[in-house]
Formats: sequence, C-alpha cells, structure tokens
Amino acid sequence: MSADASSNGVVPEVAAASAASTSPAPARSAGPPPARALPGGGETRRHTLIAIVLDKPGVLNRVASLMRARNFNIDSLAVSRTDQPDVSRMTITLHGDDVAVEQAAKQLYRLIDVLKVQDVTAESVVAQELALVKIRATDSNRGEILKLVELSKGRVVDLAPESVVVEVTGPEAEIDGFVALVRSYGIKEIVRTGSVVMSRGSNSIEEAVKR
Amino acid sequence: MTMTKGPTAQPPGPSEARPARRSHVPSDGTANARAVEAARRAMLDDTRPRHRTRIGADVVCEALLLQGVDLFFSYPGGVILPLYDVLGDYPQLRHVLVRHEQGGAHAADGFARVTGQVGVCMGTSGPGATNLVTGIGTAMLDSVPMVAITGNVPSALIGKDAFQEIDINGITLPMTKHNYLVRDANDLPRALAEAFHIARSGRPGPVHVDITKDALQQETSAPHPTHEEVVAGLPGFRPNLDANGRQLKLAAAELATAKRPVILAGHGVLHAEAWDELVAFAEKTQTPVAHTLLGIGAISEDHPLSYGFMGMHGWKHVNRAIQSADLLIAIGMRFDDRVTGNVRTYAPYARIVHVDIDPAEIGKNVAVEVPIVGDAKRVLAALLPLVEPVDPATRADYFAELAEWRRDSEGSSWHGSGAWREGVLSADYVIDRIGELSAHEATYVADVGQNQMWLARYAGFRHPNTHVSSGGLGTMGFSVPAAMGAALGRPDRETWAITGDGGFQMTSQELMTLTADKIPVKIALLDNKKLGMIRQWQEIIYAGNYHSAHLPGPDFAKLADAYGIPAFRARTPAEVDDVIKAAQAVDGPALVWFEIAEEQNIFPMMPAGKGLSDLIEKWGGADE
Ligand SMILES: Cc1ncc(C[n+]2csc(CCOP(=O)(O)OP(=O)(O)O)c2C)c(N)n1
Repeated sequence: MSADASSNGVVPEVAAASAASTSPAPARSAGPPPARALPGGGETRRHTLIAIVLDKPGVLNRVASLMRARNFNIDSLAVSRTDQPDVSRMTITLHGDDVAVEQAAKQLYRLIDVLKVQDVTAESVVAQELALVKIRATDSNRGEILKLVELSKGRVVDLAPESVVVEVTGPEAEIDGFVALVRSYGIKEIVRTGSVVMSRGSNSIEEAVKR
Repeated sequence: MTMTKGPTAQPPGPSEARPARRSHVPSDGTANARAVEAARRAMLDDTRPRHRTRIGADVVCEALLLQGVDLFFSYPGGVILPLYDVLGDYPQLRHVLVRHEQGGAHAADGFARVTGQVGVCMGTSGPGATNLVTGIGTAMLDSVPMVAITGNVPSALIGKDAFQEIDINGITLPMTKHNYLVRDANDLPRALAEAFHIARSGRPGPVHVDITKDALQQETSAPHPTHEEVVAGLPGFRPNLDANGRQLKLAAAELATAKRPVILAGHGVLHAEAWDELVAFAEKTQTPVAHTLLGIGAISEDHPLSYGFMGMHGWKHVNRAIQSADLLIAIGMRFDDRVTGNVRTYAPYARIVHVDIDPAEIGKNVAVEVPIVGDAKRVLAALLPLVEPVDPATRADYFAELAEWRRDSEGSSWHGSGAWREGVLSADYVIDRIGELSAHEATYVADVGQNQMWLARYAGFRHPNTHVSSGGLGTMGFSVPAAMGAALGRPDRETWAITGDGGFQMTSQELMTLTADKIPVKIALLDNKKLGMIRQWQEIIYAGNYHSAHLPGPDFAKLADAYGIPAFRARTPAEVDDVIKAAQAVDGPALVWFEIAEEQNIFPMMPAGKGLSDLIEKWGGADE
C-alpha cells in the first residue's frame, strides 16, 4: 500500500496502475459472471502506523474510539510528546491485511486533530520497546538470574531480598525472548511500553508536518 | 493580522441569493406587533443593567450572525439559560422553539439539506443534549452540515455527576465530524468559527460544541478570528478538493473504451452543487445516470439520460443496467450495502471509477480501478475536457436495451388506477398525485420505511435539494421536523412531509411548533395501520410471523385538530386529488390522512445479503 494516507489528493494507486491497460471488459455472454473481489482479504500481518497529532484534549480518546468503532484491533499504542510544542506522536501497532490497515490510516486521517499518518511496516525502521520485569529471586538463584540479565543486555534497576526488577530494551522479539528465559523463576509483574519506531536515515515524519 | 470583533463584519454570503424569508411574527409590521416587541425587550431590560458587558452567550450570538445564520432551533434548560437571557438583544436571530430537541436537530438538518447552508440546533445539558443525539447521528450518516450547541454544567462541576450532567462530549465524539468542550469564554470565538468551517468544508458533517454554563456567563473581549486564522489553526484539516491529474486521465481512458458505462450519482453531487457539471459530463459522454436515494435530484428525472433510482428498492431496470455495465463512474456515493447488496455479485462486469471527497470512502466497501479524490464539482469540471464526445448513435443498441428494460420495469408494480386491490387506496398512486399536483416543484421530505421508498420512486424529482430523506441512519420520525426546517429554509417552495403512521407518531409533538410558528408544512400521512416495512419483512422473510407489526394509532384528524391544524382524509382513489388540493389551499400547515392499503408491499425488494440480480418482484402471486 501507499504508505502515506495524508499526502494531498493521492490515494493509493496500486490498483490504479493496472487501470492504464485498456483491457476490454469481459464479454457478458462468457458463462457465469466472475465474482467481484472484496477489498482486502489479503494476508494478515502486523502493521505499524505512526500518527502525528495535535496535542488537544481528548485526542487519544478520539484515536482509540475510532479504532474500536471501526473494528480495528490495536496491539499496542505508545504516545509521547515531540520536539514541537502542541504536537504528539503515536505509534500504533495493529493486525490486519494491507487494505484494512490502509482503511485504518485513512479513517485516522479524517480526525481533525491528526496531522499525518504513515504506515511504516514496509520501511526500514528502528523499532524498540522497553520492559520492566519483576522476577522472583532467592539467595540461591539470584546469581543465576543476574547472569542471564547480563547476557541479555538487561539492567537491574531494583534489587530486593525476594525480587529483582530488570529493565530490558530492544526489539519486541528480543524482549519476548528474555521474558521466556526468566519465566521459570517466576515473574511477579511485567510492564512493557509497546513498540516505538523511527525511520532509519535522515527522513523525518515530524519535519514533514512542521508548521 | 486583522481581527474582527462583534457582528459588524459581513457574514459570508450564500453562493446564490436566498429567497426572501417569511416572517411568522403575528401581524408583523403593524404598530401593535412593534409595541409587543418593544415591551418584551423593555421587560428584559428591567431585569438587567442597561449597559451590560459582553459575555460568552453574546459570543455565541455574534458568531451565528457572522456565519450568516439567522435562524436556529432550540429548547431551553438550566445551563443554557444565560444564552436565552441575551437572545432578546439579537432580534436578527430567529429562534424557533421546538417541542423536543430531536425535532430541533432534524429541523436544522432539513434546513441544511435544502439550503446547502449550515443548520443550527441547540439544547441544554443532560437530557436536552441526549435528545439531540439521534438528530446529530442522522446528520453524520448523511454528511449534512450542522452545528449543534449544548450547554453544560459549570466547569468546576464537570466530572462530578452534577445535576443534568452527562458526558455528552464522549457521546457525540464518534458520531460527529468533530466536537468541542469549551470551558472558557475566551476560547469560544475560535471554537465556534472552527465548528462552522469544519461543518461546511470538504465532506460536510455535524460538529458539536458543548459550552459550560460559566463560559456562557463569563465576560470576554476575545475577538472573532478571520477565516484565514481559522484555516491556519486547523493544520490537520485540509480537504482534498482538486483531483490528481493522472487519475483523471485514467478515468478518461476508461470511458473511451467503455461500451456500457453507467454513472452512479450520490449525495456528494448535491453537496458540491455539481448538478450542471454532472449533466454536461453525462451528455458529452452519453452516459446514463443512475442515482442513489440521497442522489435524487442530482439530475432531473425528466432528462433523457436520467435512468433512475438504484438499490434495494430501486428500479429493476436500473439494477439490471448496473449488473450489466462494463464501467461504473461513481460520484459522491459510498457503495452502501443498500446500494450494492452482496458485493461479490455486484456489477460483475464493471470496472469502477470512484470519485469522492473523502479518501476513506474509496476502497472501503468495494475495490475500485480508478480512485479519484476530490470535490465532485471540480472533478467533473476537470474531467469534461479530457473526455471525447460520444456520438449517441454508437450507443444505439445499448440505449435500445435500456429503454426496453425500463418499459418493462416501470409498468410492473404500478397501480395507475389508484387502487391496490378492489376499493383500497394504493400508496404509489398517492405519491404520484402529490408530485403531479405540486408540479414537482415542492420540497418533499420522507420519513423512513415504505413511505420513503414510495416517495423516492414515484414523486418525480426535477430539481436538486427538493428531496430530503434520512438515508444512512434511517431515522423514523424524521419527516415532520425536517420538513419544518426545510419549509423555513426554502419558503418559496411548498413543503410536503411524507410519513408513515409509525414515524409520524414518533415526533408528532412538532405539530405544535408548526402551528405556533405558522410553518406551512403539508403532511401526507400514509396510514397503513402497520409498521409497513416491518410487516413486509415479516411476510417475506419471517414466514408471516407478524409480531408487533400492527400499530394502532389515534384518530389523526382529531389529533391535528387539537393542534389547530386542518386535516383532510382520503380512503379512495377518487378522493385523493381533492384532499391534496384542499391541503394546498390552507394558508399554513395541513394534514392529509391517506388511509392506504394495509398490506401493500414495496417491490422490487432485494433481500438483505442477496445481490442486485436477486430482486423479489412478487409475493403470493401479486406484484404489489
Ligand atoms: C427510530 C427507528 N426505530 C425503528 C426503526 C425500524 N423501522 C424501519 S421501517 C419501520 C416501520 C415504519 O413504519 P411506518 O412509519 O408506519 O412507515 P411505513 O413503512 O408503513 O411506510 C421500522 C419500525 C427505524 N428505522 N427507526
């Protein structure tokens, strides 16, 4: 799909490209009519959308409400300020086929407070997540846990008689791996920020919406 | 930077001059009326300092005037009283006191649909606001420009479950184009200016502005922003009006090779006022034009290239044309399920060019070959020079076939005698007569159900914005209040509300508004003593299990009489013309009670989930 639902007047032209051919319409007499293809229906995968939004009251509510009402399932949503005053950035991950996610992007773009929406799934990006994991620890296994943390490039941020809190940062899969690794010790609690992503290279979605 | 303050700036003028509005002030212009008016104001003045300061409530009135609004529909309540307290100071603003906020919202909607301007309704917090919700939703689904204003509890009480507090902002959020909660009078000028700009620009829609009571009472000197300032303050709202040139060329190429093209005209053609461009385009390319329910009026049904109403209860010939088309040029319509039926079997031979101002509509319901984002008027104007003129002779076979299909389908399910069965009045005939006797020059406002479909099929529409119908939400109770707004918006046209007995009973309280404000709506009540459309579904789809389809009603003549509205009644075809003419002769509102066949169906009918080629045309041996 065209990654940018917000550029002026341009809708994804993947389908349009084929329209240049002047293939005649199928003859009506040639057997039963072909079934019309439904929009979408392609392979479902995880997509990452970046939305640059005005930091108005309720903007998070608008985004969340829209995704719910239009039947899109958000996997994760991370919101933060940007370097511009009054502008926030959302990183939304969701599952769907390309057409469905394109619909989500276009619907988001209808919101007045949304400045830009971009699907960066197919682009070269840095995608990082941070997790805090509170692991059950005893005198006998603490050393072992600390060793694992070190090997996993984690960081101990709190050490208590019966637990350790570990901070791990990295791509989502790496964090999944770490969690799987320490699960057997007993995870007391865990919190994850959800992915935040940024394109590699000098391109900047934020600069693209500078006012 | 220029700032405008107060109502001295010129309101943005409508694109064409609106006909003179009738005053409904009793004995307006006489010395007596002036005295009453003066006394009224003096009475208000007594209660307040003569030189009061400007407060939030004034900002609301100023903003309305700046936006060219001189009429709105409202109902008072505790937290919006500060606004009512200043209304007397703005005699240029006509306030119509409705009898239920839903009526006010539909009236604003009807006004907007016939004038192309933003309709305005207001209500108080809590129940006043929730009563507006159905009307706001109706406007949302049909992309009608509307600004709904509500009062809310004082800002310090928000979130405390104060008396008549409800999170109306949360409620309208998913069913408005945008909404605001204003807690500071200094923010009001911008919020209101933005609301009007958003409501009318791009794809129109309703905007809700909720204002706390303290903001309405707060002193402010905040100036009204200029149009440029409003636009600059909305960086996320930049409607795409002009189409991409490459896409236009692709569309022209599609047309050049199409042998059986059909134009599908929707509400967007009316919103964009693109009717002339549509006709020019259709004529140059010799393409027949089918229309959606809300696209009625985009082309006169008189025009040789107008082919008719499509979809679930549309004409069979129109649906056949779509099913056999090799190219659909869809303009300002959204391939709603009532139009397509099962998408898999929809227009199986057709490539699709889809023109819409909202990119999100393209590819939403059907996959299309040529997407074009833009305003229908501008797109059609830009497309016209790119297409080759088509010689009608090259379409001779196509047109001959279409003409034959049309003869075939228009003849069936039509009761030219006026009787559905021996001695019982047929609804299609009634609608046909209303169309004829009003010379197709009236505004016709539908309710929902069979009556809506009869109106769409049989009235014979000649002009844009003369048909008003709740298409997307299908809101029963719409017609009488919407007709109220339509009649005030276009006082130069006769206004007919067409309604079933079910829908009529949902908002009949507005009869009192019609009387009190002398709004000359003619109501055609098609009384089948049933929830007709429900009865039809139960007969055909639920094996005749008529639970709750029978709907006893009151003596409608007495009801109208109680409101001071003359009523006329017809039970036979012979009486139809007389009662219509009698209602037309009344100076003011009138009700015509047509006791029609109780079990007449509207055919053809595409059962839900089926396709356009699966129309039911008969049931129980009768093509009723
Ligand atoms: C507010 C609302 N409630 C319920 C419905 C569902 N509904 C659609 S048509 C219909 C029957 C309408 O009956 P009536 O008003 O008598 O009109 P008729 O179909 O007989 O012309 C109903 C109940 C609706 N559209 N709107």
